[in-house]
Amino acid sequence: MKVLGKPRRRVDGRSKVTGQTRFADDIVLPRMLHAKLLRSPHAHALIKEMNVEKARNHPGVHLVLTGKDFPITFGILPVTQDEYPLAPENVRYVGDPIAAVVARDEQTATEALDLIEVKYEVLKTISNPEEALANPEPRIHAYSELGNIHRLQAFEFAGAEGAVEETISKSDHVFEDLFFYEGNTHLPIEQHASVAQLDGEGKLTLWSSTQVPHYVHRSLARVLQIPASHIRVIACPNGGGFGGKCDVCNHEMVVAKAALLLGRPVKICLNREEVFYMHRGRHPVLMKFRTGVAKDGKLTGMHLQTLVDGGGYGSYGVASTFYTGALQTVTYELPRYKFDAARVFTNKPPCGPKRGHGTPQPRFGQEIQLDKIAERLNIDPAELRLRNILKANTVTANWLKVGTIGLAECIRQVVQRSSFKERYKKLPYGRGLGLACGSYLCGAGLPIYWNKMPQSAVQLLLDRSGQVTVFCGATEIGQGSDDVLAAIVAEVLGIDPFEIRCVTGDTGITPVDLGSYSSRVTVMMGNAAIEASKKIKEMIAEAAAEQLEVAPDRLNFSDGRVFFENKNLSFAEAVGFAEEKFGTLGAVGSYKPPRGPGRYKGAGVGPSPAYSYTACVVEAEVDPKTGWIHVPKIWIAHDIGRTINPVLARGQVEGSVYMGLSEALMEEQIFRRLPPKLSSALVHKIPSLLEYKSLTSLDMPEVDTVLIEDPDPNCPFGAKEAGQGPLLPVMPAVANAIFDAVGVRIDELPITPDKVLRALKLKSEGKIARVGPESFPAVPYPEPVVVPPPWEGGDGNAVKGFDRPRLSPSERKVSSSKI
Amino acid sequence: MRRNVQHHLTVNGEPLEASFAPYKTLLEVLREDLGLTGTKHGCELGECGACAVLVDGEPQLSCLALAIECEGRSIETVEGLGRGAALHPLQSAFADLGAAQCGYCTPGILMTAKALLEKEKNPSRERIKEAISGNLCRCTGYQQIFEAIEEAARVLSEEDGHESQAMKVRP
Repeated sequence: MKVLGKPRRRVDGRSKVTGQTRFADDIVLPRMLHAKLLRSPHAHALIKEMNVEKARNHPGVHLVLTGKDFPITFGILPVTQDEYPLAPENVRYVGDPIAAVVARDEQTATEALDLIEVKYEVLKTISNPEEALANPEPRIHAYSELGNIHRLQAFEFAGAEGAVEETISKSDHVFEDLFFYEGNTHLPIEQHASVAQLDGEGKLTLWSSTQVPHYVHRSLARVLQIPASHIRVIACPNGGGFGGKCDVCNHEMVVAKAALLLGRPVKICLNREEVFYMHRGRHPVLMKFRTGVAKDGKLTGMHLQTLVDGGGYGSYGVASTFYTGALQTVTYELPRYKFDAARVFTNKPPCGPKRGHGTPQPRFGQEIQLDKIAERLNIDPAELRLRNILKANTVTANWLKVGTIGLAECIRQVVQRSSFKERYKKLPYGRGLGLACGSYLCGAGLPIYWNKMPQSAVQLLLDRSGQVTVFCGATEIGQGSDDVLAAIVAEVLGIDPFEIRCVTGDTGITPVDLGSYSSRVTVMMGNAAIEASKKIKEMIAEAAAEQLEVAPDRLNFSDGRVFFENKNLSFAEAVGFAEEKFGTLGAVGSYKPPRGPGRYKGAGVGPSPAYSYTACVVEAEVDPKTGWIHVPKIWIAHDIGRTINPVLARGQVEGSVYMGLSEALMEEQIFRRLPPKLSSALVHKIPSLLEYKSLTSLDMPEVDTVLIEDPDPNCPFGAKEAGQGPLLPVMPAVANAIFDAVGVRIDELPITPDKVLRALKLKSEGKIARVGPESFPAVPYPEPVVVPPPWEGGDGNAVKGFDRPRLSPSERKVSSSKI
Repeated sequence: MRRNVQHHLTVNGEPLEASFAPYKTLLEVLREDLGLTGTKHGCELGECGACAVLVDGEPQLSCLALAIECEGRSIETVEGLGRGAALHPLQSAFADLGAAQCGYCTPGILMTAKALLEKEKNPSRERIKEAISGNLCRCTGYQQIFEAIEEAARVLSEEDGHESQAMKVRP
């Protein structure tokens, strides 16, 4: 390896430190106008009347748009096309956009918003899942499955229905625990911005801070009813994404429509409060884990129930809900598994995908429960996990095919480097260590809308100058997507990454890549890049071989030369000979993940070409007088398969540790209900960067990062993801460290000093030293779809429940429990 | 239409006359009237530090300063940080050591770090943490930023050493 594995300045590094990287709001075009959105002050209401005349006549205003201008809905998932660019009748959360003003500048547009007169009929608001379950009316969406329950799912991975409970109840030990994970938001420092323009040919161009230009492209064609081939979406480098720019956004549709109508460029940039209300962040999830454990600490079966607070719209929610259960099987051996999930609508900003998408919540619960199991069975927590780790090259109970697993080595590394064995349970009162593990996808196996086309594609263009241009739809969101692309092409062609020009994230000129989400870019784009590079390398080798009079397969490509022994050409010379021989030089490569072995309906969420693994140890100091938590150091080891650029890989891991610790200790997207005279609206408690607490440079602990290389054959040069997986173990490791420090369990996030103090008080009163959810409400989960695992004679299909009839509420089995 | 005002500003060492609406912040004038979009914004409320620039050598949040207050003062932005086409040691270190991921908070942190290193040649890790504690970064976890500032401090000290040696041999 000449390029991969060596620390390098990223290819776009210079541009980022000189201020030259052009983010969406940095785009300024001649004759450009500015848009602002009028957003609902009510959390749930009907729009009875709207008068925009005064706004329209305000000096400097060019256009006012309302719901009437947008008859067609959109949504990221085909099953939840439930949003209008501007709500025509119903508003479902404070912040739901209802009108837009386009004016000569932002100031004028903002003034005109105040001139729009709206009469609302205020409806009862639903603030949380308990209220949603208790109040099927008023219904937030007519299409929801049952009352205000958006979606219900139930799967039993066992030979027959009821077998999971039978296994658990007959186990040596049964653990039943409730956990709650509060919602939080992405908080990218860049606020969302978009600029739309009608180009010289009369076609539409949209520049946007989006992670998914391809999906924005599709949605614009649908909403605007113009041919997709007349729309070009350019994803500007994102000033941080973390999932917050993964959804198709109202403001993107609005400026596109305005540019079409006015024939002038239109820009919008959300303010920070609007970013909080647009949200699409981490779903709040209540979880119940019922787990059977054998004497030796081996897990026998698990029944996981989740209740997911979705907010006002679908967003990615159906997928998020599946993800609260789908990946429980890829870390530890789980012979039988049952998973029930429900997502409810509430009158709050819609939740969606945030780093880890639906999996950090159950990971938090599972890893704390494992700590409780280790405690009760008196097994070392690291040893307990090592005993349970899934074997490599396994098909799991829910039919996920898992390849390489570097987790054992990750555990050994963090245990050794933190002196866990020597210090765990032995530190003085107030100090403790906690261990946890995690795993994540390297790209979702299926695209969001089902099709058989490639999920990533790369096109190469070379000429006699020796320049290599690589085109790919992948989107640079800070993670280093362009650098991965350049590095992989450079490695194959034996040149320096700086010799390569990356053209990315532009639906007008780059081949389709689905976007920067689900940690898919390195694996999918990387595999496509290898295919394209190898094709072009063969052509260059054939032409160079003729010149050098050697067999093509004996030629080396390295250090910008093509050579065999002392016969050699510069790379540019060799490309010139290839251009002579073959004409203009180009090559394409594309990638589609292998199909997962699951055949049941619902098997589409969870499959991935590979899974990454992480282990983490957190050291915590807890002041028993104040409950204050200080984390001086974190050790983390990540199974990355192979490192492409260690500088960037370390940055991804440490950025995940930072975000995980921030979620563990302080971040929360929470709402309060205004008094009835103020319409009972559900407003964000803290929609500002000052009050929404996140870690600063002063709070960040020292991080010891280790990258474990266990190359996976499905991945480019074996490289797995690094951007999301390392976040997962951090939150439970913090909770476990707090238990080691002061002997209390905090089974909900964030873990704030007041919760620690409450738990310490309970402990001093001789009560159970735990703060967390006390009960799990009655959820009408349906009869499960029964899918036998591979070892119970299954073939990947469901044997029961695949044609689930719609049941009336009274027919549904209601389960309830208290702890 | 609102009337613009005319003011003399010195930006990155260049005196210039700018015409802008009197209510505009320094951030808005830099980005919108002078085309210097290297300075970023994350809140316009003084909470995130993305818009930090140097005013008379001191880090200031340009979203909280009115441009009309800056008449006659020296303003430095990320566009003026390099040495011609060459990068400032802080820029090189940030690019080489992973201190810029998405790069959005980077200009504000670079300018804040420049002010620190002009006051303190070899700041401790604690001093660096304090100096940039008003600049939020969501990508890096700060470690690589600390390391890049330390590396830049080392390079700048070396340059100083060479310069003072060069001074000595001069007649």
